[in-house]
Amino acid sequence: MDAGEVRRALTRIAHEIVEKNKGAENVVLVGILRRGAPLARRLAETIGRIEESSLPASGVAFGDLDIALYRDDYALRQAPARATHVPGDVTGKTVVLVDDVLFTGRSVRAAITALMDLGRPAEVQLAVLVDRGHRELPIRADYVGKNLPTAQNERVNVRLSELDEGEDAVVIVKPEKEERA
Amino acid sequence: MSSSSGIGMSLAGRDLLDLETATREEIEHVLDTAETFGEILHRDVKKVPTLRGKSVVTLFFENSTRTRTSFEAAGKYMSADVINISASTSSATKGESLRDTFLTLQALTADLVVMRTPYSGACRQAADWVKIPVVNAGDGTHEHPTQGLLDLLTLRQAKGSLEGLTVAIVGDVAHSRVARSNLWGLHHMGAKVRLVGPATLLPPDADRLPVEVYTDLRAGIEGADVVNVLRLQLERQTKALFPTAREYSRLFGVTKSALKAAKPDVFVLHPGPMNRGLEIGGDVPDMPFSLVENQVTNGVAVRMAVLYLLLGATEGK
Repeated sequence: MDAGEVRRALTRIAHEIVEKNKGAENVVLVGILRRGAPLARRLAETIGRIEESSLPASGVAFGDLDIALYRDDYALRQAPARATHVPGDVTGKTVVLVDDVLFTGRSVRAAITALMDLGRPAEVQLAVLVDRGHRELPIRADYVGKNLPTAQNERVNVRLSELDEGEDAVVIVKPEKEERA
Repeated sequence: MSSSSGIGMSLAGRDLLDLETATREEIEHVLDTAETFGEILHRDVKKVPTLRGKSVVTLFFENSTRTRTSFEAAGKYMSADVINISASTSSATKGESLRDTFLTLQALTADLVVMRTPYSGACRQAADWVKIPVVNAGDGTHEHPTQGLLDLLTLRQAKGSLEGLTVAIVGDVAHSRVARSNLWGLHHMGAKVRLVGPATLLPPDADRLPVEVYTDLRAGIEGADVVNVLRLQLERQTKALFPTAREYSRLFGVTKSALKAAKPDVFVLHPGPMNRGLEIGGDVPDMPFSLVENQVTNGVAVRMAVLYLLLGATEGK
């Protein structure tokens, strides 16, 4: 995916979120650190624009969620811990978890557990930029930017302008060579 | 917060015995991690599942309220099982050697031991005996590294950076492991350290430490950004090192008026427990420039970070 495709996918997801939830007043967008965080922010901005008339001036609530402390592979490898910032109380809200790539589903499982420690959302939905398959847990996304068939041993690299050099891009990294998805 | 530091660095399986041999990168990694854990302490439910199934033993051969409680709270907030052993309930009272105590704890499948001991160097010795990480919670007059780390975190939050700060450590430096961990930690982080106290309470090896030494309170805190007040450790003083507590208080008590010599935006630390009216002015800990309460809260966050980092994935130390 190139920068234009990423932008159009996020714009579509923003509309889908608003459509499915009949507005965005009760929605909190929570990005899974690291690459889910800028995506949640971008979705919040887009939703803020398309729902301007029905939202308070502050727009859609969004935050970041760190899952290092909730991973199931803590005993195998240690992720650097980052700070969780989720605004207000999530109890009773519709929380849309946002991540860049949906793969095994283990990060999402960790994110759901982490979220439940912060409160009791009325509903949790999942938005991902890329679904690359190979699930190891019974988890699916409600909003998908692009379904990307991959082999197990390939990697999917998501580059976002907020965190990486250059333009947005999604590339599949084969064990040897790179190619644009 | 410099969150990029320490990525890819692993402290897993290591011991935490002192700050003298720590590197700036390692210290920043612990502080950055601790900074992220502060948020957990303000949740309604202060618990994360990370260290589920890990057991942490605290082995205290000296009295302690805050250090032991804060290690215990840190372990419990991270979901570790915390087992507390104090000198009076351990088999040490039956004559068991320290080595056998540690080998027993290891055989009981403890994953990490936190020890406080009156003997300088005993934690390093114990770390050589066992494969599991050992954390020094204060050994004699040597070091108290987690106290040093929480003081660094508290100051970094208050001042933004430690680089170039002038920190006066005032009082019973000779008997203070807090002072040693502080001075090494501050030195590694680029701060300038002064030791201030009566000559009898300054360490005999001060000339080999990266510090300036003052025997006059006013000169010692003149222009300081931070004054770290130490407790008079009467239990460690074997002979009369100053004439009377009243005289000590008059000459070296850090009162509001004494602090006028420091920078106008000075911050005051005290590791506790405090003798109010003796080494520190009775009202000083309650002033807005006092960071004493932040130190206690940060103590839990720092110890959570230490447990998290040392108990990470490892092949053994």
